[in-house]
Amino acid sequence: MSKPKKSQLPGFGLTLGLSLSYMSLLIFIPLIALILYAAKLPAADFWEIIVDERVKSAFKISFLSTFYAAAVNFFLGLIIAWVLARYQFFGKRIIDALIDLPFAIPTAVAGISLSTIFSSQGIMGKILGVFGIDISFSRAGIVVALIFIGLPFVVRTVQPVIEELDAELEEAAASLGANFYQIFVKVIFPSLLPSLLTGFALAFARGLGEYGAIIFISSNMPYQTEIVPLLIVKKLAQFNYAGASAIGVTMLVCAFVLLLLINFLQVYAKRRSKN
Amino acid sequence: MRMQFLGRAILFALAAAAGFGFLATPVARAGEEFKLLNVSYDPTRELYKEFNEAFAKYYQEKTGNTVTVTQSHAGSTAQANAVIQGNEADVLTLALAYDIDEVVSKTKANGNQLLPENWQTRLPKNSAPYTSTIVFLVRVGNPKNIKDWNDLTRSDVKTITPDPKTSGGARWNYLAAWAYALANNGNDDAKAREFVKQIYANVPVLDSGARGATNTFVQKGQGDVLLAWENEAYLSINDVAKGKVEIVVPSLSILAEPTVAWVDKNVERHGTAEVAKEYLNYLYSKEGQRIAGKNYYRPSDPEVGKEFTDTLPELKLVTIDGDFGGWAKAYARHFADGAEFDKIITELHKK
Repeated sequence: MSKPKKSQLPGFGLTLGLSLSYMSLLIFIPLIALILYAAKLPAADFWEIIVDERVKSAFKISFLSTFYAAAVNFFLGLIIAWVLARYQFFGKRIIDALIDLPFAIPTAVAGISLSTIFSSQGIMGKILGVFGIDISFSRAGIVVALIFIGLPFVVRTVQPVIEELDAELEEAAASLGANFYQIFVKVIFPSLLPSLLTGFALAFARGLGEYGAIIFISSNMPYQTEIVPLLIVKKLAQFNYAGASAIGVTMLVCAFVLLLLINFLQVYAKRRSKN
Repeated sequence: MRMQFLGRAILFALAAAAGFGFLATPVARAGEEFKLLNVSYDPTRELYKEFNEAFAKYYQEKTGNTVTVTQSHAGSTAQANAVIQGNEADVLTLALAYDIDEVVSKTKANGNQLLPENWQTRLPKNSAPYTSTIVFLVRVGNPKNIKDWNDLTRSDVKTITPDPKTSGGARWNYLAAWAYALANNGNDDAKAREFVKQIYANVPVLDSGARGATNTFVQKGQGDVLLAWENEAYLSINDVAKGKVEIVVPSLSILAEPTVAWVDKNVERHGTAEVAKEYLNYLYSKEGQRIAGKNYYRPSDPEVGKEFTDTLPELKLVTIDGDFGGWAKAYARHFADGAEFDKIITELHKK
């Protein structure tokens, strides 16, 4: 990327100033306050909180379930976006609008509905129970809730890219004798990968912090189904602000590092698809 | 501290923008309008809805002033936290004295102590105008034949109770089970621990609050018995789960004393000290006591209590002060990080 020339549009100073103050007020200052609060803890105490067995297992549960859910959304979201972008069918507009619902529904409502449907008394729970599968009150339940929460992120980032895909490229590939499989793997997928990764990263980041939807479908059992945000809430409930902010900051750093990695991957994918 | 400072700076900026409207101290005169914010816990919603109307009427007749009470409900500890963080509650009506004690000590540490240490002595009966207890809710017909606490240790009985780390009600459940075990094992502490551990071995879900646990039991059909506040249990059998569940009163339970207090610093600033005190004192009046009884809280006035013995039968109740040495001690022993409850759960669930 070359440095952009001074824009012809006026108002650069004003808009940048507004953006910066807005970002500071809403994002940087609260984050710095959180870090300063955690920094009050002596390093040894901080370390002791983080390496506690229960905290470690909560981190494992949180990151793994969020990863699984984002991975499912990576593929499911691609298929849904593909269907919505490429085909015309009855009720398409309605399905298109439904995709955004997880954004709008209060997550607690989503959690309660999902756990009711998937509990042993619910419709889905009864059917799955025949096969011996329990969703509600298990780790699988956490993943189901996170799939629900994260789906729109992948669909909405990939869908416009599919719509913009140049049909000529596919036609050219076909006329050169490529079959559908080859076209998809060699032509379409590489150009979709950057946006897929963005969707994956958004769904992953959103899922890590999710609390409302999960606590209703999970059994919240320490070492089994206890997620990091719940652990933070428990510390707060005991007026242990330092402990809560220590776990919060660790979560923040881990998430930031992961998102940074995904961003690098995305840049790499973009470069590859351009060549 | 920094966050608080920032919060206050923003508040002041807003106040300045609003023309310092809310900093003006109202002077009491006939025809005055008062606003009270009652920060309470989850299950008192229905109780205070009825009480607020009765109080507004009484206050208007007595003084000619009108009063509008706004209610706020959430988990008791979460509410205490909100007040520590600056929620401008005029009165607190929380699930246990410990939560109000925490408001005192945490705001004292911040240099802005909201109410005095001796708050609990300012109103009659340890500032507990009504009491409650813990009972069992079972499926209709009691298919698992659950009669008392010892049935909860059976391997075929699954118990639903929320997480005592986040739920005030769940702490009462836990301590009631402990007290029953002590009473039936010659005060043997180790046996009581084993008894409680056996109950938690059959707890499939730890909800974060009492309403969540009720939902898990009633709507999602999990478990065989729900440990519930007496008033929550009645709400379930009269309303949400009519005909599906019934109440079992165990041989022994625990006396829960939800406590109330006005928040000195806040009422001074709002000019609501008089009306806040009047509000809380009215809870002790015959009418206040009857409203409590009607909403399945046990009136502290024994005369009014007699009117409700059908729904709120007498039973053997242990107390936190008498049997557990007070909340501070019980909390440190059982619910603090790494204390008894954490140890029990770790023994049960760590792979």
